[in-house]
Amino acid sequence: MSAPPDLDPQELTLFLQLGVPLVLLVLGWMLGRIAERRHYRSIHQREDYLLEIPVTNERRLWDATRPVAEARLVKGSVVVSVDYFKRFLAWLRGIFGGEIEAYSPLLDRARREAALRLRESFPEADIFLNFRFETSTLSGSGRLGTVEVLAYATGVRYAH
Amino acid sequence: MITTNIETVPGRTIIEHYGIVQGSTIRAKHIGRDFAAGLKNIVGGELRGYTELLRESRDQAFQRMCQQAKEMGANAVVNVRFATSSVAAGASEILCYGTAVLVE
Repeated sequence: MSAPPDLDPQELTLFLQLGVPLVLLVLGWMLGRIAERRHYRSIHQREDYLLEIPVTNERRLWDATRPVAEARLVKGSVVVSVDYFKRFLAWLRGIFGGEIEAYSPLLDRARREAALRLRESFPEADIFLNFRFETSTLSGSGRLGTVEVLAYATGVRYAH
Repeated sequence: MITTNIETVPGRTIIEHYGIVQGSTIRAKHIGRDFAAGLKNIVGGELRGYTELLRESRDQAFQRMCQQAKEMGANAVVNVRFATSSVAAGASEILCYGTAVLVE
C-alpha cells in the first residue's frame, strides 16, 4: 500500500499507530458479536436436546438399588479467547475498576460449551455424578483473556 | 481400565487400594498454531488449535496415570483429578492423579 502524496512520513506513522488499532477494534466488535450470537444459538439448541439427563455435584447415586451397567470418567474442554474490542473494554476497566462485564459472556459460553461436550461424549449416560469445572489461563504474550475450561464427571449408565 | 472421579465405582465393589497414581506432561505451544491463535484473538471465540493441543496433552497424562496403575496390578482408578499449571511463558503442565484400586 502506498501513501497518499499529501501525507508526510510523520502523519503516516500517526495514521498507522491510530488507524490499525481502530480497524482492529471495529473488526473485533463486529465479528465478535456475530460469533457470540451464533455460538449462543448453537448452545441453546444442544442444551434443549440434552437437558433431560441429570448432571449433579453429588457423589452418590440417587437410587443405589438400581443395577449399573457402566460407569466411567468423561471430559469436555474448550479454549476460548475474547475479541480485541472486549480486551480494550477490559483495559479501560483496569483504570477505573469494577466488574468487567465484557468478559462474563465469554466464560459463560466456555463453561456451557465444555459441559455440552462432556455430555456429548457419553450420550447413553443416565446421570453424571460429581460434575466439576476446572479453569486455567493460558500464559504467554498477547494471551490476555485466553482461558481453558475443563468439565469432568463420572457418567453412569443403568442396566435397564 | 475403569476410571471415575468419585470414591467408588458404581455397581462394583472395591477389593483393594494401591494408593496414589499420577501422570503428567509438559507441553510447549506450536508456533504455527500460535500464529493462527493470534489472528483469532482479534475476533475472539474458540481457539480450536489450543483446544486440541490441550486435549491431546491431557489424554497423554491420563494414559500415563493408567499405565502406572496397571503396573501396580490395579484395574480401576477412582477419584481422578486434573490440574493445569503454567511452567513458563507458552508452556503448561497438565497433571492427572487418582487412587489405584482393584474392583471385582
